[in-house]
Amino acid sequence: MTDTFVPPTRFAVPGRIAVSEQAASVWQTATLTGIRRETARAGTFRFAVPGWPGHLPGQHLMVRLTAEDGYVAQRHYSIASAPDDSGHVELTLDHVEGGEVSGWFHSVARPGDQVEVRGPVSGFFAWPGDRPALLIGAGSGVVPLMSMVRHHRARNLTVPLRLLVSARSPEELIYARELGAETTPVFTRSAPEGVPVGRMAAAHVAPLLAEQPSGGWEAYVCGSNSFAEHASRLLVTAGQPVDRIRIERFG
Amino acid sequence: MHITRGFTGRPRVDDPGLPPGQYDAGDDWPVLSAEVTPDLAPADWTFRVDGLVEEPRTWDWEDAHRLPPSAYEGAIHCVTSWSKFGVRFAGVSLDTFWDVVRPHGSATHAVAYSHTGYTTNLPLADLTGGRAWIAWEYDGRPLAPEHGGPARLLVPHLYFWKSAKWIAGLRVLDHDEPGFWERNGYHERGNPWEEQRYSGD
Repeated sequence: MTDTFVPPTRFAVPGRIAVSEQAASVWQTATLTGIRRETARAGTFRFAVPGWPGHLPGQHLMVRLTAEDGYVAQRHYSIASAPDDSGHVELTLDHVEGGEVSGWFHSVARPGDQVEVRGPVSGFFAWPGDRPALLIGAGSGVVPLMSMVRHHRARNLTVPLRLLVSARSPEELIYARELGAETTPVFTRSAPEGVPVGRMAAAHVAPLLAEQPSGGWEAYVCGSNSFAEHASRLLVTAGQPVDRIRIERFG
Repeated sequence: MHITRGFTGRPRVDDPGLPPGQYDAGDDWPVLSAEVTPDLAPADWTFRVDGLVEEPRTWDWEDAHRLPPSAYEGAIHCVTSWSKFGVRFAGVSLDTFWDVVRPHGSATHAVAYSHTGYTTNLPLADLTGGRAWIAWEYDGRPLAPEHGGPARLLVPHLYFWKSAKWIAGLRVLDHDEPGFWERNGYHERGNPWEEQRYSGD
């Protein structure tokens, strides 16, 4: 194939980071090895996946559960763990009201249980650690961003990385104990003494965009659709190029 | 088949309208765009069909709204495994546009592209025969920006990433050329009934 069609458009869409797609089409057995409580609603589920081909921070996988009558439920979940070649992956799941899959994980699952996984999937929201990363998330939208933070730490990367994360309260801030100097939390319902309460605003984004790293920030936004709309507008208004914003909206 | 211990799942609904691996999202309509929702006014919206056609043409909002209206009522299916039933879109059948531009005999595929730069590829056969629309109304109201308004492509018999939001045009080709998600590991055609989610499915 020769000339790839480039659309004549007013906006530009973010480019692609190439990823290996060799293993994305195979279902593999994943064995639950541990469960950690993160908040009242969220838990982290660690799996051994012997054939796991590795992933990039920000990618997701598909999980498949099968009932005795053959009924199948599949969901996409962001990978929380950094790629570490250990043959393990971690997912952090909110307990969704009435959710058949998250309900099973939170109420039934125990170490030793097996599910099927397929992935990693999608190279769009991936961050290989090769460019300054400005990460903005809310609620469980912090999950793929945490994979990036963990990767940054595990590899001792020197490329700038910042995380701006919104949660209802300190108790609902997923990974609170792990967050460090790279992170600015925003609390929307209740906050520690002396910390203002309120929605993420221009004032939170401005200082991050004021420190422009070499080559500029690649922004990664993850959360509910309403949060993603809000945060991406804050970024655009603050001068972040629209083609340097990658969005993952949790349905 | 690998039974998951203790998993029962939600009550079974023997629904022939639900493709394999999908669930009914009910009243939800998740938004899954990967890019910033554009601030695109109807007055600034245009739709162009060109490439291997007899008469390339661009329609603006008013031109397009003078074409005979056509509606779709039925289901839509997202690759992330939700399906939504009883949706009602209104706009114009893509056949109406094809009648004007007249694709060449050599034409086999089209790349749909958005005002954001998003692209997705489709066989021409999936864009003809009353199975594809340019839609600007949902449930009797203007299509919301986050769902692709002012206007989106609508190809409901394929996974919904093929129904490009903020549609700007179709480039007609004599070969297949992967678009944005197709270059990011997703299937070139995306038929929900064959569960063509990812490359190689």
